[in-house]
Amino acid sequence: MNPWIVTNLWLIPAIPLAASLSILSFNNARRKTAAAIAIVGQIVALTMSILAFLPTLSAPGFRAGHNFIWFTFGEQALRLGWVLDPLTAAMLLMITFVSLCIFVFSIGYMAADKNFTRFFAYLSFFSAAMLGVVIANSLLLLFVCWELVGLASYLLIGFWIHKPSAAAAAKKAFITTRIGDLGFFLGLVWLYHGSGTLLFYDGGRGCLENAALLALGGSATSIALLIFCGAVGKSGQFPLHVWLPDAMEGPTPVSALIHAATMVAAGVFLVARVYPIFSLGAINDVTPSLTVVVWIGVVTGLMAALIAATQSDIKRILAYSTVSQLGLMMVSLGVGGVAAGIMHLLAHGFFKALLFLGSGSVIHGCHDEQDIRKMGGLRRLMPVTFITYAIGMMALSGVPLFFCGAWTKEEILHATSHWPKSQAPHYLIMLGVVLTAAYMTRQMIYVFFGNPRAASEHAHESPPVMTRPLVALGFCTIFLGVVLTPAWPWLHDYLNGETARFDLTRLIQPMLFVSLALVIAGIGLGVLMYRRVALQDRHRNVELDPLESAQPFLFRFLENKMWLDELYEESFILWSRTAARLSDWMDHYVWDGLVRGFGSLGQLFGIFTKGVDERAINAGVDESVGGARGLGRLMSAAHSGQIQTYLGAVAIGMVALLILYAWLA
Amino acid sequence: MTPTLQLFLIASAALFCIGLLAALSRRHAIFILIGIEIMLTAANLNFVAFWRFGPPTQQPTGVMVAIFAIAIAAAEAAVGLSLIIAVYRHYRTTNVDELDQLKG
Repeated sequence: MNPWIVTNLWLIPAIPLAASLSILSFNNARRKTAAAIAIVGQIVALTMSILAFLPTLSAPGFRAGHNFIWFTFGEQALRLGWVLDPLTAAMLLMITFVSLCIFVFSIGYMAADKNFTRFFAYLSFFSAAMLGVVIANSLLLLFVCWELVGLASYLLIGFWIHKPSAAAAAKKAFITTRIGDLGFFLGLVWLYHGSGTLLFYDGGRGCLENAALLALGGSATSIALLIFCGAVGKSGQFPLHVWLPDAMEGPTPVSALIHAATMVAAGVFLVARVYPIFSLGAINDVTPSLTVVVWIGVVTGLMAALIAATQSDIKRILAYSTVSQLGLMMVSLGVGGVAAGIMHLLAHGFFKALLFLGSGSVIHGCHDEQDIRKMGGLRRLMPVTFITYAIGMMALSGVPLFFCGAWTKEEILHATSHWPKSQAPHYLIMLGVVLTAAYMTRQMIYVFFGNPRAASEHAHESPPVMTRPLVALGFCTIFLGVVLTPAWPWLHDYLNGETARFDLTRLIQPMLFVSLALVIAGIGLGVLMYRRVALQDRHRNVELDPLESAQPFLFRFLENKMWLDELYEESFILWSRTAARLSDWMDHYVWDGLVRGFGSLGQLFGIFTKGVDERAINAGVDESVGGARGLGRLMSAAHSGQIQTYLGAVAIGMVALLILYAWLA
Repeated sequence: MTPTLQLFLIASAALFCIGLLAALSRRHAIFILIGIEIMLTAANLNFVAFWRFGPPTQQPTGVMVAIFAIAIAAAEAAVGLSLIIAVYRHYRTTNVDELDQLKG
């Protein structure tokens, strides 16, 4: 017997969607109503997520779902459904809670925007689409919601449509993710072909269950890799990560939503959801598809961390940081640590939302300045933002014991160390952890320490409506740090479908010291390199980044994002432009010429028939018509209208008849 | 002078010619109508004369035809007169020379 919430799980995305639609029907003036509806919708979704969370605690590995027939064609029936399992429940909680904080924050951040109501409608829509992805029990339903997430991101990144850069970024995000989605769709079709169903769990017949998986056999690797293409696009993995930093053109709450709760999480979630396809036929937990996932993750994580160390836009640093952390999650999934990856995703959702909202608060306080080189000294001017940002920073860097990022990173390091194929990912990820701590330290020093610089002199703390969500997220980050402690790894085991045991000895492990050493190394490196920045004179901008003076070429290489955008511009985009130009030329001269040729044939024939018509046919018709007209004229002359003329004619006729009669007789 | 068939036929022919002349020469629609009535009378006279001087018979066939013709002529005269009145109301004239709208 399923609990009530299982059959009504669809309400969780439906309510924010309804909120979004009803807000769209308002005019721009009803700001308070719009925000209230969006937030109430989110609170209801959060409450229902808690309701959905409770039954999953009842038994390890709880899984319940509800499937229904969408439509039938021929003998096939297309079925959709939703599923409630620990993965879904944990994601639902994280998404609804983080979204709620972001919604509340947006009231303050977007207070001056004239399209306030539209913004809230889109936010609600975004959240609804993502919730749909999470609850879907059908790859098709997941794909539909996945595309809705893409649409929502397009609308929100390009929210300030009057800025050409925002419009371009929105298009870039949409098209780049679409490239990945093409792969996803092909994988979906192939999976349907191979297994005959797109339902994940269907009482033993779903595509993630043994019977269908066995039917897939060898094609599973290709299907998994195609589906992974979608995840690469959505989760900003190399080589499709280029849209993510540009997505910073959207309002900061949107960045927080994209980077923490919704869009990028979808890719990692997708891989975790269809994990059985990835791990089918694993020998020693290694399959070709999972190996690809690991290496893509490693490359992404390291590259993004390196780039993040050189950026000067506060939001771009965080964006590359997200890309890097997503790489980390992919590695974790790839080496078999699904629970660790998802735990990091959940923890990351909280602290990255915190960091983004914190950066939003900083940007708001510094009057829309985003360059960290023009900030400084905000520690005293914005104390609440400073403290919450510091919590987020420490969680992201992985400072042990009190911050959730540390435990999840430790889990991931642990998982990678047991990967049988190679130890390289393990050490490369360690390097990533050091870099993360270093660039976050750099950012903290630039923004919050030292003397105020040009943009931060008149900074002010943000209003309570913006700081309260920060405080709430900060508390959650610390709370998660306690909840996720390895001494009682209930979340890990909850996700794995096992029962947790309390064991204090697991708190102290070699990996703890390793990660502590890594974090200290990273923060130490950051402090060592950037302490000069903190001591700088108040009215001067920093002339050169310390790294820039030491390694100018390397710095420029990284600052320009390894020239990947330029590389794409010169390669793929150039090719497609050339192809487009060629097609245009073909269209213009070859196909157009053909069509025009046929057209002139028709014209020629037209001229010929016109001549025949005018010379031959018209002349004949005119002739006969002229004859008829002359006859008519002759006849009409007799019809004078004079009644006595007619009468006279009758009389003459009668007389003539009489004479004829007399003569014949 | 004894009445003979020829005498009646001559009178009838004269009557017919007078009527025809009237119908053809007068310009006034009512005179034309009168002319037509006179021609009808000539025809009636013929019927009666041929009956009277034809082979002897008990049935008054010629008279009956003449009486029917007179009745129809009365109806026809009524129709004709009302047409003339309608035409007069419309054109303010009864001169048939001016009523030539039906010309081809």
